[in-house]
Order: sequence, then structure tokens, then C-alpha cells
Amino acid sequence: MSQPIVPQKTYILVFLGLIGLTILTTGVAFIDLGPFNTVAALAIAFSKMMLVVLFFMGVRHSSGLVRIMVVAGFFWLALLIAFTMSDYRTRAWTPAPDAWSITAPPTHP
Amino acid sequence: MSTATLEPRVHAPRNYLNADYGWKSWLFTLDHKRIALLYLASVTFFFIIGGSFAVLMRIHLTEPQGALVQPETYNKLFTLHGVVMIFFFLIPSIPAVLGNFLVPLMVGARDLAFPKLNLLSWYIYIVGGMFTLYSAIAGGVDTGWTFYTPYSSTYSNTQVTAVAIGVFITGFSSILTGLNFIVTIHKMRAPGLTWFRMPLFLWAMYATSIIMVLGTPVLAITIFLLALEHLFHVGIFSPALGGDPLLFQHLFWFYSHPAVYIMILPAMGVVSEIIACFSRKRIFGYKIVAFSSVAIAVLGFLVWGHHMFVTGQSVYAGLIFSMLSFLVAIPSAIKVFNWTATLYKGSISYEAPMLYAMGFIGLFTMGGLTGLFLASLATDVHLNGTYFIVAHFHYIMVGGAVMGYLGGIHFWWPKISGRMYPNMWAGIAAVIIFIGFNLTFFPQFILGYLGMPRRYAFYPAEFQVLNVMSSAGATVLGVGYLIPLIYLIWSMRYGPIAEPNPWGATGLEWKTPSPPPTENFAEIPVVTEEAYAYAAEEGSGD
Amino acid sequence: MTEPESHAHPIGMAHQFEDLDQQHEADTLGIWLFLVTEIMFFGGVFAAYAIYRWLYFAAFEGGSHILDIKLGAANTIVLLGSSLTMVLAVRSAQTGNRRALIGFLISTMFLGAIFLGVKAYEYDQKFVEHVVPSLDWAPQGDALAKLAPGGLDHAQIYFFFYFAMTGLHAIHMVIGMGLLFWLVLRARKDSFTPHYFAPVEVVGLYWHFVDIVWIFLFPLLYLIGGRY
Repeated sequence: MSQPIVPQKTYILVFLGLIGLTILTTGVAFIDLGPFNTVAALAIAFSKMMLVVLFFMGVRHSSGLVRIMVVAGFFWLALLIAFTMSDYRTRAWTPAPDAWSITAPPTHP
Repeated sequence: MSTATLEPRVHAPRNYLNADYGWKSWLFTLDHKRIALLYLASVTFFFIIGGSFAVLMRIHLTEPQGALVQPETYNKLFTLHGVVMIFFFLIPSIPAVLGNFLVPLMVGARDLAFPKLNLLSWYIYIVGGMFTLYSAIAGGVDTGWTFYTPYSSTYSNTQVTAVAIGVFITGFSSILTGLNFIVTIHKMRAPGLTWFRMPLFLWAMYATSIIMVLGTPVLAITIFLLALEHLFHVGIFSPALGGDPLLFQHLFWFYSHPAVYIMILPAMGVVSEIIACFSRKRIFGYKIVAFSSVAIAVLGFLVWGHHMFVTGQSVYAGLIFSMLSFLVAIPSAIKVFNWTATLYKGSISYEAPMLYAMGFIGLFTMGGLTGLFLASLATDVHLNGTYFIVAHFHYIMVGGAVMGYLGGIHFWWPKISGRMYPNMWAGIAAVIIFIGFNLTFFPQFILGYLGMPRRYAFYPAEFQVLNVMSSAGATVLGVGYLIPLIYLIWSMRYGPIAEPNPWGATGLEWKTPSPPPTENFAEIPVVTEEAYAYAAEEGSGD
Repeated sequence: MTEPESHAHPIGMAHQFEDLDQQHEADTLGIWLFLVTEIMFFGGVFAAYAIYRWLYFAAFEGGSHILDIKLGAANTIVLLGSSLTMVLAVRSAQTGNRRALIGFLISTMFLGAIFLGVKAYEYDQKFVEHVVPSLDWAPQGDALAKLAPGGLDHAQIYFFFYFAMTGLHAIHMVIGMGLLFWLVLRARKDSFTPHYFAPVEVVGLYWHFVDIVWIFLFPLLYLIGGRY
């Protein structure tokens, strides 16, 4: 096989790292950081994902094609979320006029 | 070439058709060529079903108050016509029939990367089809193929769950086919077959597969959420709880717009092959056409909001989607220019495949140009929900995709069946289809412009003439489709035996016997020349 | 269906490939492509979640505070542990250690079963607290106090996502358990060698992916807004 054999210790260390990050994210949830609670939670989740992807799933040693595919998958999901969110975020920029009637002219904000 | 005989050849050489006999050898086959034929039979079956719904609709619309069915039934007819034609004919047609047959041959491999997944994807398709047929028989669905909420999730009391299950299941057939093609094209190309020596049909299949793999799962989850909402009566798309029906539309169209590129890209690939062969010329701007296929696949994911200009989407999002929709037209237009440039000073012959390809170019261009009217926010406000839209997408899907499919079937028929079809009837049918198509759908542009709404079971009396014209055209079109069905089946037993390369075309699939042996090639070929090396044969330099 | 015997086949090689390396590359690419489809599949419901969380943050926060954060964290560690045993199983296959392979596969199944058991308990708790959308929606007492500020209707949307997302995840886990069981059966029949263990790798990648989905589900469902 072209894949190198990774020592067991590496995997165990990664696992301990994952546990640590889980405890960290749970602990941070008890601290008031306002909107940064979400940022912190997502950042920690992202780090855990990178550990699993790089070490457990072997992407550290994999071909460029596989890496492109993984990135493409997440990028496409980001497109879905971003473009959809752009609709919701910009709806308020042009609120519907108060009165759609022939007699009363619409009031603009 | 031997003349037509009435008896089948008794001692045909061993090929994939006669390698084994019996229903088990077909239903449990792992041979991509046999699986392609399984799909051929199935998509033809569903085309007839979907077409029958259309026939009933066109008969009904010959009278302003409706000539045939109750309005509720009419709603079910257009819904099932759309569901069956899109999910069970158009999306699988070229990829699952021609793609399955040709991709391994064109890359010079013995089969696809995952033959078992290939067979599985056909069974998945059939199971999905059964659920959909059940939904039709058990009362039908009246939500439109777009399943907009909250009607589909909360208020409709038709067979929404059954058809949702059917579409959900069939999506996986699409995903597995795309997955198979991508891996095959990446990993199983014959020695010497670099990316830029591949026939453009392979580029088209690759781009189509990208869409299948990235888009179809979103449809699956959307249908899943819709079914949950329909079953449990609580949901995220229902305004009663604070849900947003538009969210369904975003998720639905995220797949369903790229889906239309799943339907057209393979046809474009077929057209490239046919134009090159019957002009005896390399496709003009090969690399640009290849990149355009990928560009269409990518850009096609960024335009879905143009289906939602009038449903409540924010104007600013609409502006972005509108601009991107104009952008996605460019690679398609580039292809049309390149095909035209290929024809210029080509040595053109008007065999049936070429008639279909030329018809494609004209009709696809019309459909594509009318798409620009719809991509423009201001005009879409007036044209949305009218027959203009119906005409637009039928020009692309029928005038484009179906003609591309028929052209491909005719082009590769000798390879698939080992027989030639009767040229005269093929030419006649192509012309009848072209005339019937235009007679059916051009009046619909006018109807839409004049304001006739789509999905209505009745219309103002002043629209009757155009509607009757359209229905008459549909009859001609139906006859046109019937003719190849008859002579292609006839040719399988009585057609003249075909040579390995009756058209003198380039491509690895023509370097193996017609029909090919099960293992495709006695020895894996080595590729040394560019694609479409026609000029080299003629000796006239390019 | 007849095939010509054109060359001897190493163990596990399929006829359409030239050699095991090509087959392995194709298998790897194939499973990653499938995982990309899963990213988009789960991604759709994550996208819907993102929209509603932004629209109704208070309701989502209230709903999140009804979940048992300690149980969720413990379950997350259980699942991460199963990922460890899974990758060690793949490594055992790579080194040709059949006993360890079977042992680690069974350990993975065991940890997966614990995870699913805890989830079943959590689902049952939702019925006890009457916060199951449509089927048993009648929040009372403490639950009602947490949900009322964000609006009960919007809270139902949160719980719809809770059940839909963790339910989808659980279905994928169950499928994974089935795949692991199939691997155990094959391993016992000596199907794998250090040169051919692609099925173990493929199932491993699938299992890790399902783990990654949970890595995001935990904070997104259990840790909204903090509990201070």
C-alpha cells in the first residue's frame, strides 16, 4: 500500500486532543462571551473536524485530488448557505410598502 | 456493407448481446453495456407515460373551458407530467443510457469503476419509479413538480408522500451514476489518453457528474424535510409556525436549477461528437468547449434565485442572481459559436444524427435566448407564471435535450445494436419531429407574451386558436417520436449488419466491433492522437 | 456472464482494473465523492438550521437549554472514542493483524451502541418533558419557562431541527453499525490482507464522517448561547 503506517501513539494523541477540545467547548458554554460563544464553538468544532480529517481520515497523506474534493464539498455548502442567507439578510433593506392600494401612495422609509 | 437480410445472422461473433442468455443474465448483469440497455428500456417506458400525460393535457386545452378533465385532474396531469419527464426521463436519459454505454469505451476501459454500483443505481431508479407510478395510480399529485410549500406540505391531500419517496429514492440513482463516471474518468483512462485528448462527450459527462454529485443530495434532504412536514404536520416551511415557504424554494431550486444543466450538458456533448463526425472536422476551439462544460456546471449552481424573482425573495438577492444568470449564458453561447465555426468549411453530410444535431443548435439557441428575457428581473415579472416559461424550457428540454438524445441514439445505434436503421425513415422522422416541435411550442411563446397563465385548466376564449395549433403540433410530434421507436426495434432483428465504424468517426468506441464484446477491447488501446483527428485522415491539414 | 481470463487476479481485485493500486485509488476517490454528497445532504438541513437560528435566536437558545449538556458532552466523547477504535482497526488491517482488526471493529460497534442508547434515552426524555413537535408538544414548568421567551411556535421549529438532524445522524450510525458487522464477518473469513483492505478503509472514512457531523451537531444544538 502506498499509505504509510501511522504509529498508534499518534492516533491516541489526536484522540486526547479531541477530548480536550470537547471539554473546552463545553466549558466555554458556561462563560458569557456574547456573540463570541458561537464563534468559539464553531472554531473549536472546526479544529476537531480538521484533526479527524487530517489524521483519522488520512488526508495528511492523501493525493491532491482528494484534497480538492474535500475543499470543494465544503465550499459548495458554503455557497448554499451564503446565497440563501443573502436573501434573508437583505429583505429588510427594501421593506414592502405599507399600503398597496390604488388610492393611497406607498410610503417609503 | 452487406444488404438488408430478413433472417438474423446465425453465427454472429461473440459480443455483449449474445454472450449470455436468459432474464437472469440481464437483471443481474454487471456489464455497463447491458445496464445501459436496461436503462434504455426503462426511460423509454417513462417517456411514454410522461408523454401520455402531455397528450391528455393538450387534448384538454383545445377548448377554453377544458375539453377533457376536471381542473383537479388537470393539476395532477401537469404535476405528474413534470415529475415523470424530469426525474425519470430527462435526467437519466443520456447519462444512464449513452453515458453508461460509452464512457468505459471512450476511456478505453473494460467497464466503469464500480459495476455493482452501476447495477444498483438502475434498481434504485426502478424502485423510485414504482413509488411514483403508485402515487399516480393511487390518486395522483396536484402540487406541480416543484412541490411548493405550504400547499404540498400542509394543505394538499394528494399522494405527496408517495411521490416524495419516489423522487428521493431516484436521486440516489443519479448520485451513484455521477460518482461512477467521475472516478472512471479520473482513474481508468487508457495509456496516452490525456484530459485534452478526450472526446468532448466525456468532458460533458464529467461536468454533468459534478452537478449530480453536488446538487442531488440537496434535493434529497429537501424532499426529506418536506415529507417530514407532510407526515407530522409541523414544519419549517409552514408560515403558521413562523416558517418560511421561501426556504423550501431556496433548497429546492439549489438542486433543480443545476438539474436543468444535468439535462442539457450531455446533449451538448452528443452534439459535439456528431458535428465533428459529420463535418469531418475537429471541433473548433476544443479546449474552450471543454472548459465551457465545466463552467456551465459551476456557474449553474449560482443562479437558482431566478426562479424566485416574484415569490418574495429580496430584490438585492434577485439582482445578484439575475446578473449571474446572464453570466451562465455565456459558456453556452460559446459552444453554439464553436459548433457553427466547426460547420464552416466542413465536409457536411446530412445523416439523421446530423439532422438532430443541427435542429438542436437552432432550437437550443432559441430556448437559451428566451431565457435571457426571464433572467432579466423586470421582464420576468410579466413573463413568470405564463406560457412563455413553458415554451422556454420546452425549447431547451425537448428541442435541446430530447433531440440531443435522439441524435445520440441514432449516432451510436450501430455500435449498441450491431445494426443499421433505415436512413430514409430516420431522416423523415427527424424532420417531422422538428416541425411538430415548433408547431407545438412556438405558439406558446406568443400565448405567454399575451398573458396566458401556465398550470391553468382553462383560458380566455381569444387564446383558443393558438392552443389548438399547439395541440395539433403535439400530435405531429407524437407521430414523429413513434417512428424511431418502430424502426429502431425493427432494426435490432432485421436491420443491415453494421461495421465497426460505419460513420468513419474518431474515438476509441469505434475501434472495437459493433456490437462490442463483453470485455470491450481485446487489448487495452494506447492513444497517440488528438481527439477528432479527422483532418489528419483527409490529409488537408488543420 | 463470461469474461476472458486475461491475467491472474490478486485477492480482492476486480476485473475492470489493471492492478490493485488503481483499484485502491478508485475506491478511495469513490468513497470521498460519496462523502462529498453526504456533506451536501446534511448541508441542506444545516443551511435551513442556520437561517432559522438567525431568525429566531432566542427560541433556539431556550430550546438548547433544555438539552442535557453533560450527557451530550459525554456522548460526544464516546463517539470520538469510536473514531479512535475505528482508525486503529484500519491500522490493524494495514499491518495484517486480524485479531486486533476484529477486536477494534467490535469495540467501535460497542461504543456506537452506547451512543445510540444514550440518544434513545434523550429522545425519551423529550417525550417526558412534552417537547416533541406535533407528537407531544405541551411544554410545562421548567421547560415552558425556558421556551416561552423565544416564542413557543419558534421553539417547535428548534425541536423539529433537533429531531431531524440527530435522527438523520442516528440513521447514518445504524447503517454504519451494519457495515461494521459486515466487516467483522469478512475479517473472520480472512478476506483482508495488508495489500487489500479497502472495505475497512472505506467504512472507516464513512464512520469518521458521521463522527464529524456530530462534532458540529453538539455545539449547534446543545451549546447555543451559553448557560451562564
